[in-house]
Amino acid sequence: MAKEIKSKWNGFSLKPRKEMPDGLWMRCPACEHILYKSTVEKNLNVCPKCNHHFRIEAATRIKYLADEGSFQQVLGDLTTDDPLGFKFRETTYKQRLKADEKKSGTKEAMLIGKAFIKGRPVILAVMEPNFLMGSMGSVVGEKLCAAVDKAMEEKLPLVAVSCSGGARMHEGVVSLGQMAKTSAVLAKFDEVGGLYICVLTDPTTGGVTASFAMLGDCLIAEPGALIGFAGPRTIAETIKVELPKGFQTAEFMLEHGFMDMIVHRKDLRSEIARLIDYCQK
Amino acid sequence: MAKRDIPIAKMPGNNNNFSGGAHLEFEDKVADLDRQMNELRRLSSIKGIDYSAEIRQLRRQQVAELKRIYSNLTAWQTVQVARHPQRPLLSDYLDLMVKDFRELHGDRCFGDDRAIVTGFGHIGRERVLVVGQNKGKNTKQKIACNFGCPNPEGYRKALAKMKFAEKFGIPIVTLIDTPGAHPGIGAEERGQAQAIAVNLNQMSRLRVPIICIVIGEGGSGGALGIGVGDRLAILEFAYYSVISPEGCAAILWRDGSQAPKAAEALKLTSKDLYKLELVDAVIPEPLGGAHRNVHDTIYNVEKYIVKTLRDLKRTKIDNLLDNRYSKLRSIGASPTEKLRRKTQAAKERVKAALEAMPTKPKRVPAKV
Repeated sequence: MAKEIKSKWNGFSLKPRKEMPDGLWMRCPACEHILYKSTVEKNLNVCPKCNHHFRIEAATRIKYLADEGSFQQVLGDLTTDDPLGFKFRETTYKQRLKADEKKSGTKEAMLIGKAFIKGRPVILAVMEPNFLMGSMGSVVGEKLCAAVDKAMEEKLPLVAVSCSGGARMHEGVVSLGQMAKTSAVLAKFDEVGGLYICVLTDPTTGGVTASFAMLGDCLIAEPGALIGFAGPRTIAETIKVELPKGFQTAEFMLEHGFMDMIVHRKDLRSEIARLIDYCQK
Repeated sequence: MAKRDIPIAKMPGNNNNFSGGAHLEFEDKVADLDRQMNELRRLSSIKGIDYSAEIRQLRRQQVAELKRIYSNLTAWQTVQVARHPQRPLLSDYLDLMVKDFRELHGDRCFGDDRAIVTGFGHIGRERVLVVGQNKGKNTKQKIACNFGCPNPEGYRKALAKMKFAEKFGIPIVTLIDTPGAHPGIGAEERGQAQAIAVNLNQMSRLRVPIICIVIGEGGSGGALGIGVGDRLAILEFAYYSVISPEGCAAILWRDGSQAPKAAEALKLTSKDLYKLELVDAVIPEPLGGAHRNVHDTIYNVEKYIVKTLRDLKRTKIDNLLDNRYSKLRSIGASPTEKLRRKTQAAKERVKAALEAMPTKPKRVPAKV
């Protein structure tokens, strides 16, 4: 009893009371600097000290990438009908979907639509990391395929921004099938001669890397992004070896010949626009 | 199908008995009956008493017990059967099903992955390219095959040989049996994800019939890497999943020992997959699983391949590709959407057929 009372007693503090409104400051996970949030936001969510690219949600990504107000979403209401009836630990997949919808403000882990990048019309597909870790389920697969179909129909380039933990476990083999589905549709897109640019951001792993994210005509990565097939933890657990520094980063992938370029977030727009200009027929 | 010339007893890997080597944990009673039968056999050989009637009785009990167990296996038990150490592996299929098999090695880039075996051979009367994942029978083979976990060079080899087969119009049969693609430093350096992605991309457009069969474990992207085709079949007690049950349990339940629950939730058995229309066919296994009767299992697989190849070869290659595309495109679509697509495709086909039909001249009624 005595111990408990003692532990509640903090003692007099001589320091001034910390009264800080929440969400004004943040710590950069890479360089550990304390940063003023609005400065970071002005800097396109990149750490001004060490160039660490923070994860950003789909809406912000579209704001940075597309011309102001040019994004017209399609199929925004598409939701999954839970093919397996998945249940885990007293919750269900449907409940999890609802919770994540509230958290992220989108109905699924991908937004697609037509947009303009520096005045060039494109079909844009952007993944939302806050929705079940951006995992690919039936809706994400269907949306990407719809985006490809639209790009084929309107003869526009397709720009996909990947940000995902992989295939969605909650939909079982249905989500595994999305890998085959997206790859098949992209094969057709390739045959008709469409331009497909893929931007790989932190993190792109698992089934998404092993399907549409790696099939672009041009692969652009953001600096320091985690890109790989198996997650680093899985690899470390399986082979029981300490992983080398910088393993599975964008720079690592570039070095091993799997990326075309690494582009800073602030240059992404102009770089994509330039690529589109080059590839015009 | 013509009967083989070799007597069955002399064929390799014949263990046509119900004991099936190692017993799984849910087969206690079967194991017990086996022990009793062996004891009786031993006694009769020592004392010279005829126990054959008793043995027959026990055997009948055992068959009934096996029927009871295997008619309603749980998902986790299915996973255990699929991983059974005596389950027929790719090497058995190559020995028993593929005639004059000629293996082709190497991906022409980096090396030769032993976890994926490719080569030409005959199944029935058809010449085919066999692409399969091998796990290895003993420790030495297992290490050479990396326990059935392919590296990127394996997938690249598979694709290179499939392109070779495409050039000469040779149908492709892939036999899937892997816990998953290898997660390792070297595999990542050489682009595991890219290799699989390119395989998915290219296999959807290969201009030859492709039959994919899951013969044991169908583990995630590693299985899908050679698993895109016109038909996907699965053996009755094999499994096919987006993630291993252990992996799923570790992530969603935060406890790897909850794998049985995860297996149940993932709907990874052949029955569930067929119900969800994710596989085209379920190939039956003999009573008590493939490991109890290797020959019947492989015979069933052979029968399926021969029959399906005959069907697929009848279809024009452009139609085959269209069908493959629409099949892949409709994965995960809701039932109504699927139906709409099917009817639309059928309507278009009918329309095209009608247009192609020569128009009959109008009948003029005879003048009276």
